[in-house]
Amino acid sequence: MSKTDDDVILHVDDLKKHFKVDEGWIASLLQSVTGDDPDYVHAVDGVSFDLKRGETLGLAGESGCGKTTTGMSLVKLHEPTDGDIHYNNKRLSEASDEEIKEFRQNAQMIFQDPFESLNPRMTVYDIVAEPLRVHDIRNETARVQRALEFAELMPAEHYFDQYPHELSGGQRQRVAIARALVLDPDFIVADEPVSMLDVSLRAGVLSLLDRMTEEFGLSVVYISHDLSLLRHMCDRLAIMYMGKIVEKGPTDQIIENPQHPYTQALINAVPVPDPDVGRERVELQGEVGDVIDVPTGCRFKDRCPKYIGDVCDQVVPPLEAKSDTGADQDIACHLFESAEGYDPYAELDGGRAENATAANDGSESAPADD
Amino acid sequence: MSLLEVEDLEVYYETEQGPAQAVDGVSFELEEGENLGIVGESGCGKTTLAKSIIGILPDAGYINAGSINFKGDDLTEMNGAQRRRLKWEEISMIAQSAMNSLDPVYTIREQIVEAIETHRPGTGRVESNEIVTEMFELVGLDPERADDYPHQFSGGMRQRAMIAMSLALDPSLVLADEPTTALDVIMQDQILKRISQIQDEINSSMLVITHDVSVVAETCDRVIVMYAGQIAEEGPVEDIFNNPYHPYSIGLKRAFPNIRMENQDLLSIAGYPPELIDPPEGCRFAERCPMATDRCREEVPSEHEMGDLRTYCHYAEDIDQELRPYADDPETWENTVAAKNAGAQAGDD
Repeated sequence: MSKTDDDVILHVDDLKKHFKVDEGWIASLLQSVTGDDPDYVHAVDGVSFDLKRGETLGLAGESGCGKTTTGMSLVKLHEPTDGDIHYNNKRLSEASDEEIKEFRQNAQMIFQDPFESLNPRMTVYDIVAEPLRVHDIRNETARVQRALEFAELMPAEHYFDQYPHELSGGQRQRVAIARALVLDPDFIVADEPVSMLDVSLRAGVLSLLDRMTEEFGLSVVYISHDLSLLRHMCDRLAIMYMGKIVEKGPTDQIIENPQHPYTQALINAVPVPDPDVGRERVELQGEVGDVIDVPTGCRFKDRCPKYIGDVCDQVVPPLEAKSDTGADQDIACHLFESAEGYDPYAELDGGRAENATAANDGSESAPADD
Repeated sequence: MSLLEVEDLEVYYETEQGPAQAVDGVSFELEEGENLGIVGESGCGKTTLAKSIIGILPDAGYINAGSINFKGDDLTEMNGAQRRRLKWEEISMIAQSAMNSLDPVYTIREQIVEAIETHRPGTGRVESNEIVTEMFELVGLDPERADDYPHQFSGGMRQRAMIAMSLALDPSLVLADEPTTALDVIMQDQILKRISQIQDEINSSMLVITHDVSVVAETCDRVIVMYAGQIAEEGPVEDIFNNPYHPYSIGLKRAFPNIRMENQDLLSIAGYPPELIDPPEGCRFAERCPMATDRCREEVPSEHEMGDLRTYCHYAEDIDQELRPYADDPETWENTVAAKNAGAQAGDD
């Protein structure tokens, strides 16, 4: 599927990233002897979405749901295992070296921990200027200065010769932002940009990130487990669970009217800074499932309070618009009727038919009881 | 008599530049069965306060003055052996990182039983095992998993095991230092739920130390807002959230995004907390406060009783009439000295 929508800067199409477990040579040797298939962690397992120009999209979910791997794949810090990313309607897998270089200039990332993402042996000036040198861009000093000033590190010259250890956490994250902006990128992936910062400083960095989208028309993908923060920052939200998006749509709609049982549990679990507000708690049972040997059907089925039987067990729910919920809100759950007439039960019946054939061959088939 | 009475406590850290006044003149009381929260930014002294109470200050830290009265005895005057006896038995702690607080080479059961038998020699194995089972059920863990090692538990389960251990000897006071900070949303929610449930079921008092005001809102009866080693404001949790008098409490609350609110204008408190080696004269928050006057920069604010709240701000009485809406507006906070300093520097070039 290729989109030709000019508004869409990034079109992610069924992106998958699997990591091999036991990559060491002993493991490989053993595998070659025993003939076992290697195991893979299905970190990202079929994620699709569009990022529009000037839009802020939030990726949310628990640790290990694949949100950071998705983010890193978006800026090509990971090569996808399968699927593709289209940047300005161009498939990255087919792009020339020249085009990849242009993409790298336009895709930047801000990491969670400003204590680790900045090289301690480089001055602030060199840290911010490094991307310019890599991409051979002139007018270095003026650009570095402008980037630092935008990040509210003023006067910029004052910071040029400082090293990261001389700066506070908030200032470091501002240096990381200046570094991401110095190349005038089209979009930025910000992975938990303020979770390491103190509360009183968070709002300052957040308002800076806000200005970044307003003044430069940047598109931003925010990755965070903090839904209160994402509600504040994002136009749209995508909720991930075990490598897949389970629900996506406009932020206010998702937060106020979540439909997927997992989204509902996640939103209800967020503590509210107001003693007068009592929360309704949906306690999820169990833990996030196995991402190596992924379960069949819906990945949330074992913890789902609304499990409805065989269809959840066997058919992977597609992320799609549903006929009975709000516009623009896509949900991957069998509880809702597909807006486009997709019938998961047809697949289930097909599965039963096969089972029946198998039963004829002598094995037991699962009783069809609903 | 309150369970815990902290009076004019001063805890300093020895540094090369002189003593850093991490906790500077803090007084409060904690009643039996009460749950008290302490909130503030990193470096405000909240963890140092907790460590002085349980008696695990690092080598560089010392209690300079003041007293910590626990059930009438002054903890600051006890020797090591006396304090060790109180630990777990009377005062226990739920640490932030359960991963680092559990011993990896012993099973959870062995660790809890060890604590029980050390403090209560003569307790039989059968009895100890009963306590383990009871505690595991209380925190929502399957007692059959008590013989697992810490690495076999997930982060949330380890934190529950920590809570089980801290409650095993039925202490009068439980200190919880950032009990949910290292956890995911869903785990955090389950732990918070357990904590509230435990608070209802047992009559231990709890001191919850956190930077997250929403954790305090959900688990505490009363809250102390700390800033730069001192108490800024203290009172019932509803009053602190609904009608705070100290500008720092107002700012801190408005700096937190609330998932239930649409289009919030978050407030940013420009600047950083002051150096505690040579703290400023007057109010320590003055540089970052939008309402600060010369008086604030010169004179240390005294205690003002505002209903059930105790507020350390010269202008606490004026907040109600005119200053509250002003303090509640994020734009106001762009006028602090700290914010202007950033702006003035910008104008220089």
